[in-house]
Amino acid sequence: MKLVIIKYNAGNIQSVLYALERIGVEAIVTDDEALIRSADKVIFPGVGEASTAMNYLKERGLDVLIRSLTQPVLGICLGMQLMCANSEENDTPCLGIFDENVKKFNPDAQIQQHLKVPQIGWNTIGELKSPLFFDLKENSYCYFVHGYYAAKGEHTIATTDYVLPYSAALHKNNFYGVQFHPEKSAAVGEQILKNFIKL
Amino acid sequence: MLTKRIIPCLDIRDGRTVKGVNFENIRDAGDPVELGALYAAQGADELVFLDITATVEKRKTLSELVNRISHHINIPFTVGGGISSVDDVSILLQNGADKISVNTSAFKNAQLIHQLAKEFGSQCVVLAIDTKQESDGEWYVYLNGGRVKTDTKCVDWAKQAVDLGAGEILLTSMNHDGTKQGFALDITATLAEQLPVPVIASGGGGTMEHFVDVFEIAKADAALAASIFHFKEIGIPELKHYLNEKGIIVRI
Repeated sequence: MKLVIIKYNAGNIQSVLYALERIGVEAIVTDDEALIRSADKVIFPGVGEASTAMNYLKERGLDVLIRSLTQPVLGICLGMQLMCANSEENDTPCLGIFDENVKKFNPDAQIQQHLKVPQIGWNTIGELKSPLFFDLKENSYCYFVHGYYAAKGEHTIATTDYVLPYSAALHKNNFYGVQFHPEKSAAVGEQILKNFIKL
Repeated sequence: MLTKRIIPCLDIRDGRTVKGVNFENIRDAGDPVELGALYAAQGADELVFLDITATVEKRKTLSELVNRISHHINIPFTVGGGISSVDDVSILLQNGADKISVNTSAFKNAQLIHQLAKEFGSQCVVLAIDTKQESDGEWYVYLNGGRVKTDTKCVDWAKQAVDLGAGEILLTSMNHDGTKQGFALDITATLAEQLPVPVIASGGGGTMEHFVDVFEIAKADAALAASIFHFKEIGIPELKHYLNEKGIIVRI
């Protein structure tokens, strides 16, 4: 089992690496094309800003590489958003793996509901429909930190609700994405990482 | 729905927890990693590690500790104390901290907040404010662990910091800290209502009812406490069940 975490200018790479270590899984962090291609599983993490991250990926050809991967790939937070079609964060065209678009929370709706953006903290995930969520209960709590969201669409495999209902996770072919941080989501997050390893 | 958060705070000196804690079910209560892991297992939503190490030479101990914490703890954690530069933060984040908190150094050099937010994102920049209500009724910012008074009002500094990129405010009322008479509801409510970012209330939590009040009346997003957890006056599971019974959304 060879697990690779894609190295790029994202913030939570160490956290993902350590979370995998906690569940007894070794991973390597790399941006080397051959190593990424030959991995059994690939994790595409991310905390940061969409356009900066996309530029970085493009400069290194990682955008083309990620799109062409055929093994299971898990995008986390910004990683998931970058796998969508477009992001309203600085109007960034993304990888286009998922057809869903990434939008900014509507400020009027947010203020009306007395909610703060970014969402920081624990929220529930429901309407779970993927082996990624094996052994998890509906409305399990996960840790979220984000100011943009992926709308609900045909690839939605879990939803959450903050300001409005949207995608907590997406799946298409070999590509999976989660908006929350499994590496920081206590036992629930560890189960999701274990499930991804077993896919 | 997004939950309210319960955050135990551990004071660290030279890599060890400071306050006298006594738990039967852990081997070494002075070990921040073991105590933090216990709180995480009990349902703490995040942890704050506040380094009060006096000397610069011993600060290396902190980054090593942070590395150990991030290997063992599966919930987010914030590290604060003595952070005054982008380099300081970079080392802590590289070692696995999710957020850092700045206080005096940010007040003396407000651009630090902007630099940190630009470099690492607002989501990991927590501004800690120690505030005290004076006889004129106003809440002022205090520095250096509450030893130095400023003429700046707490609300003004908080707003400026958020404009510069602070992603959360950790608000400690010096009038309430250590009293166990309840959180500072008025200044917490003022910030929670006026700021677009989450407010973590700290100082004064002594009973479970105090936590209900700080969430319901003051609209705090999170509540932080130290000794009541360390001395087992309130257990995190019982606190969360109590809040849940009172209709406050918490992660159980």
